[in-house]
Amino acid sequence: MNVVVCVKQIPDPAEPGDLDPETKTLKREGKLILDESDSYGVEMALQLVDNAGEGEVTLISMAPNEEVSGLRTALAMGAAKAILISDPALAGSDALTTAKVLAAAAKRVEGADLILTATESSDGYTGTVPEQLAAVLDLPSVTFAKEVEVGDGAVKVRRQTEAGFNDVECPLPAVVSVTAGVVEPRYPSFKGIMAAKSKPVENLTVADLGLDASQVGWAGAGQEIIDIAKAPAREAGEIIEDEGEAFQSVVDYLANLKII
Amino acid sequence: MSVSTIWVYTDLTQPEEGHGEPTSTTLELLAKASELADTVVAVVGGSGDSLAATLGAHGASKVLATGDLTGRLPGPPLAAAMADAIAADAPDAILFGTSYDGRDVAARLSVRLDAPVITNIVELNEVDGALVGVEPVFGGNTNVTTKFTGSTPGIFLVRPKSFAAAESPSGDAATVEALAVPELGAVGAAKVTNIHVEETEGPSLDDAAIVVAGGRGMGDAEKFQAVEDLAKLLGAAPGASRAIVDAGWVPYSYQVGQTGKVVKPDVYIAAGISGATQHLVGMKGAKHIIAINKDAEAPIFSVADLGIVGDVHKVLPKLIEAIQSR
Repeated sequence: MNVVVCVKQIPDPAEPGDLDPETKTLKREGKLILDESDSYGVEMALQLVDNAGEGEVTLISMAPNEEVSGLRTALAMGAAKAILISDPALAGSDALTTAKVLAAAAKRVEGADLILTATESSDGYTGTVPEQLAAVLDLPSVTFAKEVEVGDGAVKVRRQTEAGFNDVECPLPAVVSVTAGVVEPRYPSFKGIMAAKSKPVENLTVADLGLDASQVGWAGAGQEIIDIAKAPAREAGEIIEDEGEAFQSVVDYLANLKII
Repeated sequence: MSVSTIWVYTDLTQPEEGHGEPTSTTLELLAKASELADTVVAVVGGSGDSLAATLGAHGASKVLATGDLTGRLPGPPLAAAMADAIAADAPDAILFGTSYDGRDVAARLSVRLDAPVITNIVELNEVDGALVGVEPVFGGNTNVTTKFTGSTPGIFLVRPKSFAAAESPSGDAATVEALAVPELGAVGAAKVTNIHVEETEGPSLDDAAIVVAGGRGMGDAEKFQAVEDLAKLLGAAPGASRAIVDAGWVPYSYQVGQTGKVVKPDVYIAAGISGATQHLVGMKGAKHIIAINKDAEAPIFSVADLGIVGDVHKVLPKLIEAIQSR
């Protein structure tokens, strides 16, 4: 069972985000880490390969500045190898372009039975790349998987819905996006971290993928930001330190609103 | 100038064929589309006849319906059918509510048309005869307005509760036209084998006037009960942060946030919730926000009208008792 996991390397969410006023893109200058949302996909892939008794997990990431820190984290968890697509021409790429780039890379992985992704990234949260990826690859897909089982050339998924969940069966090969909590991600062991340093990371450019610079980045995005404005901030109200009586302020507040 | 034609993808409340009503988000989009465009068309994955009256009342003059799609995921068939129809007669823009199915269809359609999608839209404006979308970034402190530069229809994924549905819907019933779904092969081979609707008691999180939500600060699943107790006492819907849904303390239906529900109640009480961006996005629109958290630096306090810095396990029981004894 060979599983491909598309992961994103993002600025640490604990640091406040910033837009570059020149390019109007998210600043991604500092170190990039593995998006926590992707730890679930990586873990799921590792478990599926373990259960199958053979096969391997290949990671794919599109990142600026040939960033590999996040990939090394996932390799330390147990993935076998990675493909990193890094190219200045990709700056400003939108979700659709990202899907095309990831798809071109995925096509290079031989014998991939299943492609896993998160449902959305923690920094962009557009949430369309997994399904766009499937569409570019002309594969069936199931998004928002909260449970995943593989057997008999198909994947069985419990898919999150607004009303509860659906059970879905999908023949392989397929793309599945997994929700947080689908599995408990392992912490990389020291041995894993050491091994990760020498696991292969193939570096590809846009040209290596057979794509044209005009199809990607700002040139290929088909959209333009025409305004950036500070939103009116919701003002913070009163803050009280509890010394045993603060509950009363809540009671009074609710009473004032005629709720109690 | 106004926009000529907008298509609105119709999400239905009940997944089973013939039992669905358009979701409130769909009605919100129909209202906004009616304001912006001369012609509004509703797209339905399923049978359109039973929906023509409601969709028409809310502004659609036409319904394009695929017919029964029971057992199929909507992404591949709807995207293929819509792409074919667009090749014959393209709208200026297509609006999707941000729902599980809406995202899938919008994403697949974007690939079919080779057209970008812009997401997390909270406002739509007309600029020079075209629609532009406004998206809040960085937890909502910055609004980014984006326009499409190509000639394909603009595809927008809009957040729930961005607009108001028509208060007195009064349009005529829409005409219904068939939307042909082509043969798909393997790409459409996923099969829905079971539909499970979660039972919930009490007011639904979507419409409740009051929401009491708990986060990791509640400690464990058992201690979360205090949140449920307070909710019941106030006739409120209980809610939760993503962290505790992931941890399995409460079902996903409780989740408020970026993924999960966007709520706009009159009162939102956040107990033991730090206020990560993911969560704030789901509740910042509440009229009144009360937060209880032991960390004075917790981001939730930046949006709270009343913030209590304290231990939820001390504050909540006293709060509950005080309300009970009134």
